[in-house]
Amino acid sequence: MTKAAPVKMTYREACKQAIREAILADPRVFLMGEDVARYGGCYAVTKGLAEELGEDRIRDTPLSESAFVGAGIGAAIAGMRPIVEVMTCNFSLLALDQIVNNAATIPHMSGGQFAVPLVIRMATGAGRQLAAQHSHSLEGWYAHIPGIKVLAPATVEDARYMLQAALADPNPVLIFEHIMLYNMEGELDPRIEAVDISSAKVRRAGKDVTLVTYGGSLFKTLDAAAALAAEGIEAEVIDLRSLRPLDMATVVASVAETRRVVVVDEGWKSGSISAEVAMRLVEDAFFELDAPIRRVCSAEVPMPYAAHLEQAALPQPATIAAAARSLVAPA
Amino acid sequence: VSAFIMPSLGADMEAGTLVEWLKRPGDRVKRGDVVAVVDTQKGAIEIEIFEAGVLDRILVQPGEKVPVGTPMATLRSDGAAQEPEPEPPQPPPEAPPAPERPPPEAPPEVPPRITPPPVEIPEPEAGLRVRISPAARRRAAALGLDLAGLRGTGPEGALTLADIEAAAAARVSAPPSGRVPRVGFDPAEMRRAIAAAMARSKREIPHYYLTETVDLRRALAWLDAANRDRPPTERLLPAVLFLKAAALALRKVPELNGFWEKDGFLPGAGVHVGWAISLRGGGLVAPAIHDTDQKALAELMAALRDLVQRARTGGLRSSELTDPTITVTSLGEHGAETVIGIIYPPQVAIIGFGRIVERPWAVDGALAIRPVATLSLAADHRASDGHRGGLLLAEIERLLQEPEAL
Repeated sequence: MTKAAPVKMTYREACKQAIREAILADPRVFLMGEDVARYGGCYAVTKGLAEELGEDRIRDTPLSESAFVGAGIGAAIAGMRPIVEVMTCNFSLLALDQIVNNAATIPHMSGGQFAVPLVIRMATGAGRQLAAQHSHSLEGWYAHIPGIKVLAPATVEDARYMLQAALADPNPVLIFEHIMLYNMEGELDPRIEAVDISSAKVRRAGKDVTLVTYGGSLFKTLDAAAALAAEGIEAEVIDLRSLRPLDMATVVASVAETRRVVVVDEGWKSGSISAEVAMRLVEDAFFELDAPIRRVCSAEVPMPYAAHLEQAALPQPATIAAAARSLVAPA
Repeated sequence: VSAFIMPSLGADMEAGTLVEWLKRPGDRVKRGDVVAVVDTQKGAIEIEIFEAGVLDRILVQPGEKVPVGTPMATLRSDGAAQEPEPEPPQPPPEAPPAPERPPPEAPPEVPPRITPPPVEIPEPEAGLRVRISPAARRRAAALGLDLAGLRGTGPEGALTLADIEAAAAARVSAPPSGRVPRVGFDPAEMRRAIAAAMARSKREIPHYYLTETVDLRRALAWLDAANRDRPPTERLLPAVLFLKAAALALRKVPELNGFWEKDGFLPGAGVHVGWAISLRGGGLVAPAIHDTDQKALAELMAALRDLVQRARTGGLRSSELTDPTITVTSLGEHGAETVIGIIYPPQVAIIGFGRIVERPWAVDGALAIRPVATLSLAADHRASDGHRGGLLLAEIERLLQEPEAL
């Protein structure tokens, strides 16, 4: 393999290239959603793609999540490989019946006669003062549902290659793109041309405490780990990447070494993916634990609009580091 | 088997440092015996035991600081068999500190004790349960390590793997010897304790305040006469009249004598007045004079002198700190004219006596000069109302008019 220089690009650009490549590679693939074609996507992910690929492949839809997600399910059953963009996961609740009652169940209820190879991309998360109806992290809810897969790409590499794996999967796959990641720049290793959508990855190695996170919280958690390192605490950071299925083997292996764990999740604590990770550790790794499991999650409030309140409601590097510190070096 | 725990010597105490054991394993103890000395924010306090039995195992060594509620020793009832696993004998106090490693000529290291599995596992007693992480518990079981007496350094004071490994490593070396010198209180620590207790009081307790100026002519005249035949060391001070009058009056208004607990007012089991003593170098304590209402004046005077002495040298007993059912503060001849106190939680009232001053006083329609003092009450409005508080002040005033009956 030739040695090529790493390519720098933004997360937004990685999402766009993934869509473009998929559409060019497979005539069954198309993307539809609100304002994706002429406007270029509310987060500008598809900017310019309609001009290049045509409005048959990049399709604007009416403002009806239930209708266009349902259309996507139908197209997938009929043999297409649709990518449906839902502007934010907050709006996806209008399509909850289609996703939960149809997409997730039809392959099972038809005894495998119908596959639903549908990909739904949604923006998630807070941080841009979009207030409580546009800022929540609902991926944990979807991770509750058997029959769908739930992905949370945090790195540019995952943003670039998870779509391809999702389209190849015969199940409905939901991809949650955190809004604060779109502008983030990262490097792509040219030797990597595909990623899996089933494993968690250790993003930083450490022996003192495991920090489990995903999506938009990954970089805050890495910042926390850097701060902890300055104090002599070596934190291991795990990026879950997939919330359903959950790769608990990677988490358990790490906790077996560090014996302490903090779960960081921008969702709320109650009934959440952080609760699920913690409970599975209690079930499967109880005797590995040398300290209580801690969580750093969003405050249990609808996300505030005011910038300082929004930031106060979210996990932050300082709160993550404090939780880790309380386990490793209790005062 | 029961546990002798680190007592809470006030609402503000979180932990104490064991200074020395005054009893040894095997010693028979009875209720009220002083068994240990503990250093607190209020100085060194002699800790009494409230159960009779035989001191069995020592779980906390001199110099160790442990949270309130930590078992410090186990106590078995008279006649019960000794615990199967006795603590290795303590070296006498004058023995030199044990070397970190045994000298080369020392006998080979004792192999690790393996605790035989007990036939029947008794239910752990409340308060005796060890806080330990799951991983540490598994490791301790594998090592056959007895958890009693180990101190946790983990979150919430839990024993961690590191604690277990350290205990296993230390198991073969001799227990620590030597003792921490008994010291008086640290003014900075005491300041913190007062700050915490008073801030809590003002935050939680809805105080109401009453004052009454009392004519003391009769009381002081009686005191002069009573002191005439006493040697200076036994003379009664006006404070002792205040103390006794307050204690007797509390019998009539019991809702001011006791504690405000989670479930409401809990009356005191007796009238144990906490006497506020200001300490040299700053700070104050208000230890109890047990059954103040039942003691004769001379007895109370002796108790006051003793208490002040011990408060200043670090010899108070634990029950004196835990038992006060109310506080009385008397400012004495160098104090201010009026004091409006802050209640010491969980008590529900504090009575104050200002300096005795001569003031114009209306007597039978004419002016006279009389020695008077301002009597005050600060009380918890959750536990009592001003009307009852007023009755207490009126009763104290009435009692002070008949000093011969005190």
